[in-house]
Formats: sequence, C-alpha cells, structure tokens
Amino acid sequence: MSARAPRARGRWAPFLLSAALLGAWELYADFGGVEEDLLPAPHAVASALWGNRGLVGRNFAVTAEQVVLGLALALACGFALAVAVHLSPLLRRAVYPLAVGSQAVPIPVVGVLLVFWWGFGLFPKLVVIALICFFPVLVTTVDGLAGVDAEQPKLLRTLDATRWQTFRFAELPAALPAALSGARIALAVGVIGAFIAETSTPTSQAYSGLGREIVTDAGGFQTPRAYAATAVLFAFAIACFYALAVAERRLTPWAKQPRGETP
Amino acid sequence: MAHREAILPPGADPLNLWGNAREGSDVPTELQPRRKPQPQRTHEDARIALDCVSRAYTDDRGAEVHALHDVSLRARAGELLAVVGPSGCGKSTLLELICGLQAPDGGSVACAPAVLMPQRDLLLPWLSALDNAALALRIAGLSRAQARDRAHALFAELGLEGFERARPHQLSGGMRQRVAFLRTLLAGKPVLCLDEPFGALDALTRAGMQQWLARTLAQDRSEIGQRTVVLVTHDVEEAVLLADRVAVLSARPGRVLAELDVAIRRPRSRTDPQVVELREHALRALGMDERR
Repeated sequence: MSARAPRARGRWAPFLLSAALLGAWELYADFGGVEEDLLPAPHAVASALWGNRGLVGRNFAVTAEQVVLGLALALACGFALAVAVHLSPLLRRAVYPLAVGSQAVPIPVVGVLLVFWWGFGLFPKLVVIALICFFPVLVTTVDGLAGVDAEQPKLLRTLDATRWQTFRFAELPAALPAALSGARIALAVGVIGAFIAETSTPTSQAYSGLGREIVTDAGGFQTPRAYAATAVLFAFAIACFYALAVAERRLTPWAKQPRGETP
Repeated sequence: MAHREAILPPGADPLNLWGNAREGSDVPTELQPRRKPQPQRTHEDARIALDCVSRAYTDDRGAEVHALHDVSLRARAGELLAVVGPSGCGKSTLLELICGLQAPDGGSVACAPAVLMPQRDLLLPWLSALDNAALALRIAGLSRAQARDRAHALFAELGLEGFERARPHQLSGGMRQRVAFLRTLLAGKPVLCLDEPFGALDALTRAGMQQWLARTLAQDRSEIGQRTVVLVTHDVEEAVLLADRVAVLSARPGRVLAELDVAIRRPRSRTDPQVVELREHALRALGMDERR
C-alpha cells in the first residue's frame, strides 16, 4: 500500500496541473479585461467545440489520417535512410549535411511545387509531414546503430556471422529503442507538421482538416472555434505520444523505459 | 613475413557431439570453406602455432603501442593453455590474432578455426538466455526451434536449467558467464579463446566458476576429445588450477617469460603443495615473488 501510494498520487498530477491552468485561464479571460475575440474563456471554447462537433470531428478525421500516415512515411524514410547511412560511410558524408539543411527549408516555398507534382490530394501533405518528421528518427537511429558495443562485431565474426547477420542480430535490435525515441520526438512535431502541411498546400477535399479550419476561423472572428480545434490537436498529440509509449514497451521490453511517459 | 593459415586437426573428428554448428553436414567444420578461403596445411600436432609474432597498433591518441614482441607459442589438440601476465600485456591482442580478428605485423600465426569468449559476456539484452546460447546456431542457419533444441540439450548439463527464458539482466554474473560459455561451445569450433572469463566476478563466484569450468571442460574432453582452449587471465592461481600449460607474458610489449607444464592430477585444489609451488614459480617469473 505504502509503496503504491506515491504512484497513485502521481497519477493525478497532470490532471491537477491542467485544471489549475484552465482555472487561471478562465479567471483571466473573465476578469482580465481581454476581448473574447483575442482570448476566449475555456467555457466559451468548450461550448464552441460542442456546438461545432460535426465540423470539428470531420476536419479532425482528415488531420488525424494525415498525421498517422505522414508519421508512418517519416518513420519508414528516416529508418531506411539511417540504415543506409550506417552501412555506407560515403553516403553518411554525402547525405547528412543535406538532411540537416532540409530542416531549414520553409515548407510554403515548396508546398506549391509538391501540389504541382502530386495534385491536391493527400500525398503532398504526407510528404510535408515526412519532411518535417524524418529528421529526429534519422539522427537517433544512426546513433543507436553506431552505439553497439565495439566488441560485439568481433564476437559475432568469430561466430562466422556475415555483415547482414551482425546487422540483424546485434545492430538492428540495439537501434530499436533509439529509433522509437526518435519516433516520439517526430510525433510531437508531427501534429504541427500536419498544420503546416494543410496551410501550405491547397486541397481539393471537402474537409480540409483542422489546420485550415483554425486559420480560417482565426481570421474570421471565430476565435472560440479556432481554440476548440486547437484543443483537439492538443489532446490528439498527447494521445499519440502515450500510444507510442505503450507500443515501445511492447516492442522493446528489454530497454530501460525513459521517464515521464506513463500518465 | 606475416601470414595466417589454417591448420587441420589430426584425424577427421567432426567435433559435432557438442555442436558442430552446421548440422547435417558430412564435412568437418574445419574443412568447410570459411568466409575467406585460407590455405590449409597440417602443422605437426599443433592447433595453434604462433611463430615470432609481433603486433603493434596505434592508440586513440595516435601513439604507437607495441602489444606483442617476438611471441612464439604452440597449443596441441585437446590442450588447455593458460596465458598469464600483468594487465595490458597484449593478452587480448594475442587472442584476437588467434581468432583471426587481427593480422600480425611480423611472424606467423597458424590456427584452426577459433571462437572468442570476450572479457565481458556481451550477451544480447533482447534475447533470452537460451537464444543467447544458441546464437551461433542461428547464425549457422538453423531455425529458431532447432537452435533452441540444440542449446537446451546442454542447459541442464551446464547448470542453467530453469533459466532458459530469463533475460541477461535477470541473471547473476556467474550465470551470464555460463551462458556466454555455452554460446562459445555451440559455435562448434576446435579452438576456444577465453578472455579473462571470470575477471568481473566476485571472489566466491569466481572460485565456483573455476571448478565449474574445470568440470565442464573435463566432460567436454571425454565427449569430443580434442578441444583446444586458450585461457587468458591475470590470476596465476586460476591458470595453475585449470591449465595443462601456463605461458607467462611480460608487461607490454608482451614477451613469453616462461612456459610451465602443469603435470598435476585433476581435480586440483588451490592448497595442493604442487599447485602452490607452481604458482610461486609463475609469480617469480613475473618478478613478483611473495617470499621476498
């Protein structure tokens, strides 16, 4: 009982902090003298969310699909690139600077080009998200692959392992926890990545996603609805993060779990 | 001229009772082509023949380190050769030369295929004890189930029964060394290179593991006959307790100071006057006479 008590108490901490912040926000919005168009009170946001649940829901579905698929693309590309870079020092020299540089490219510059190539559908948006999110996966996975004990390949060589077997039995599993850490960082950026993707590439779909809705609402004096959509993105990012943490525990049960990932 | 060649063991003992990794093959392990085909030649009765071997390498700071100087050593089939010396006398380099992980700068190294058991156990944390032990079999191309079966057959014999599914971090230091040793055995090679296998263990566990290794190797010998073991250690007593012959190496650059035959009946005890005398002898060779 005594051993469990601190943990049980700790579980309430995020909710307590959120409630305190919400309370402070509510007080400030009600009595601080800010206009509602500038900062709507939480109760106004909540009622805007409820009142527009259909619209927000459909736009959320669009955005969620983009985030999930875009992240999958980012993980696949980041991981594949990391493996290639790990296996070929030449490629590492060639690719790494460009990968770093790619993070400085403002997406709106290339957004129109992506649409020109792939049309108004989903794919250009996935490319934007992948472009934003592959980098943390690349960096952590490369470090993970290189972090294998230097003696390990020697041992495996005396066991007659081929290069591929050394990779498969030692390097790949060793890099998995690192790759998943990269994925968690990517995920945190992925939601804002979807926002950037939606706002920088025109779309032909009936519902354009939460990002576009937020921009339209914020410009059209629908501030409470913009905040409602933002709240949905906020919650979605948290949910994805902890879902990945659960997957991580399943996939790499041997690894020491990093702190701060159980709610 | 520096070169390295493979030696065939006398006779055609396929050595597969304890796990010739390539199952179902009629060809003895030694005859199967390795990754790089090497010239094969019978060389007296020796499994390991190092002649006037020198080896230097450049360390992290760019300084040249002479690890070994003019070392000549031989080990026969079935022999347990212990190599003792102060820390940093090139013992690990010696094992890497024998395993073919390095080439000598001078002299020649001729060895039958050898497998390394490194100083740290290097068990893979994501594999169970059983899968770690069976690693060489997986690498040789056996299916997971076959490899597990083969490894499991030896688990009880090595005192590991009941720990098949434990992950390395759940095992004690002694247990981990046993699993690492089993992994080494199952590689099915005629030469085992053990690099300070008990160096990281506490004194009590260490004593237990020395007895365990002596027993296991005795069994191994009776079953497959001719496994050659090179045991590197900085513990002179351990060397005398376990080995057929002890080579005493100097501080860097490592030279062979003395070779002692250990003709003492097994099982040996550390209080046996012969063991004590030989230990003193080896320590004198190292210039660390306790009676001085």
